[in-house]
Amino acid sequence: MNPFLWMDVGTLRGLGTVMVLVAFVSVVFWAYNGKRKSSFDEAANLPFADETAHSRHVFRSNDQ
Amino acid sequence: MSTASSTAYNYKVVRQFAIMTVVWGIVGMALGVLIAAQLVWPELNFNLPWTSFGRLRPLHTNAVIFAFGGCALFATSYYAVQRTSQARLISDKLAAFTFWGWQAVIVLAAITLPLGYTSSKEYAELEWPIDILITIVWVSYAIVFFGTIVKRKVKHIYVGNWFFGGFILTVALLHVVNNLELPVTLTKSYSLYSGATDAMIQWWYGHNAVGFFLTAGFLGMMYYFVPKQAERPVYSYRLSIVHFWALIAVYIWAGPHHLHYTALPDWAQSLGMVMSLILLAPSWGGMINGMMTLSGAWHKLRSDPILRFLVVSLAFYGMSTFEGPMMAIKTVNALSHYTDWTIGHVHAGALGWVAMVSIGSLYHLIPKVFGREQMHSIGLINTHFWLATIGTVLYIASMWVNGITQGLMWRAVNQDGTLTYSFVEALEAGHMGFIVRMIGGAVFLSGMLVMAYNTYRTVRASEPAEYEAAAQIA
Repeated sequence: MNPFLWMDVGTLRGLGTVMVLVAFVSVVFWAYNGKRKSSFDEAANLPFADETAHSRHVFRSNDQ
Repeated sequence: MSTASSTAYNYKVVRQFAIMTVVWGIVGMALGVLIAAQLVWPELNFNLPWTSFGRLRPLHTNAVIFAFGGCALFATSYYAVQRTSQARLISDKLAAFTFWGWQAVIVLAAITLPLGYTSSKEYAELEWPIDILITIVWVSYAIVFFGTIVKRKVKHIYVGNWFFGGFILTVALLHVVNNLELPVTLTKSYSLYSGATDAMIQWWYGHNAVGFFLTAGFLGMMYYFVPKQAERPVYSYRLSIVHFWALIAVYIWAGPHHLHYTALPDWAQSLGMVMSLILLAPSWGGMINGMMTLSGAWHKLRSDPILRFLVVSLAFYGMSTFEGPMMAIKTVNALSHYTDWTIGHVHAGALGWVAMVSIGSLYHLIPKVFGREQMHSIGLINTHFWLATIGTVLYIASMWVNGITQGLMWRAVNQDGTLTYSFVEALEAGHMGFIVRMIGGAVFLSGMLVMAYNTYRTVRASEPAEYEAAAQIA
């Protein structure tokens, strides 16, 4: 007997949903990890990083 | 020049694309007003094949999406990627090729579409030789853009560049897959796909032209120019990362909502509907992130019409990305599909979001790349803002009224099951809406003429020495 017979299209859809959920939660945890805050602050200030020194001011992020 | 090239940004190609954005904006929107007038007065078709609605409508959509929107994306992406990477474009020659190549595509479209050469795929009407030219120009664009990111002087790739990059990669994929076709002659080809498969490929392309060309690209623009004009960094960099990945992962599945109640398998229609509904969340993530960037700086809206353009564009983006998922629900779609409601929805996005965010960004960018402090007249920017807002509101309100009227009249049945109204009766009911739509479009177009004058005066006042100095990398 085919060992894969237990897997019908419904199972496949369920696994797909679980995979997408795991991917989304992983991205959220990655992005909201406190370790990356200073690095993100630096990136968020890039539009201002090429201004001349006297007009440059670094902003704090709104992310808590 | 060779000594300057390592210490200065390439603003020449940005200036060229910025000017052509204004030019093609006027051409494309004037064509839109003309075909809107044809729907009010059919005599304006002039009984000539070349000026008939059927041929000018694709010319209008190609001109506003790919000529106006495309030039705006080239200009802003080349500007933002250089400034946030603190590096000059990787190749001046290749950048110049993308400019002249893209203009050639636009001119070829303006010649072939009125002559009736078309592959008949909506937003992909251009025939196969032009498709090949687009592919070559687009690959060059990708090399210039990603090459510049590779040689960046900073550690991070700014989030705006992630959006621009996602837009460039996905549009390449969409264009190539949808335009796989068998050439029969130089001017005629047939799609490699047939039947429901062809329809699904076409609307996978069509909706992602909205999702990636008209959304991801312009969000890249938003992520640079809104913080820059508001003089504060984006509200939440974390949110920008989450909504980037969510947006690109979900958009790609939403195409089937263009094919509700057709021969497309029912499960595919339902999948498209569900994915479209989910899309509300990442879309609003971007809108909220852009809007909240102004928190603590709302007072700037009182004095800065450029910021007003950018914020109102985000409001229209939020509105049309709420309307879109709603219209993707099958029961709502049963009323709205094939009516003017769809046209209104598209223009809420195209005029309210895409055009307004481009115009706001250009008013920030044009003085910078021409070495001026600001535009010639701030008052005229304000005038343009009101003309654009009023024009958009007139357009979409008239199309809501028309669309719902048409939808209700088409579905009305008598007791014996016969149709209550003939098609012509529903068409006549929309006459007033067509007039208001034409006026709204003309008001929006007049704003573009104000912009052209303001740009002309700004450019005329600038000296080559000034804009050479402005291009120096700090």
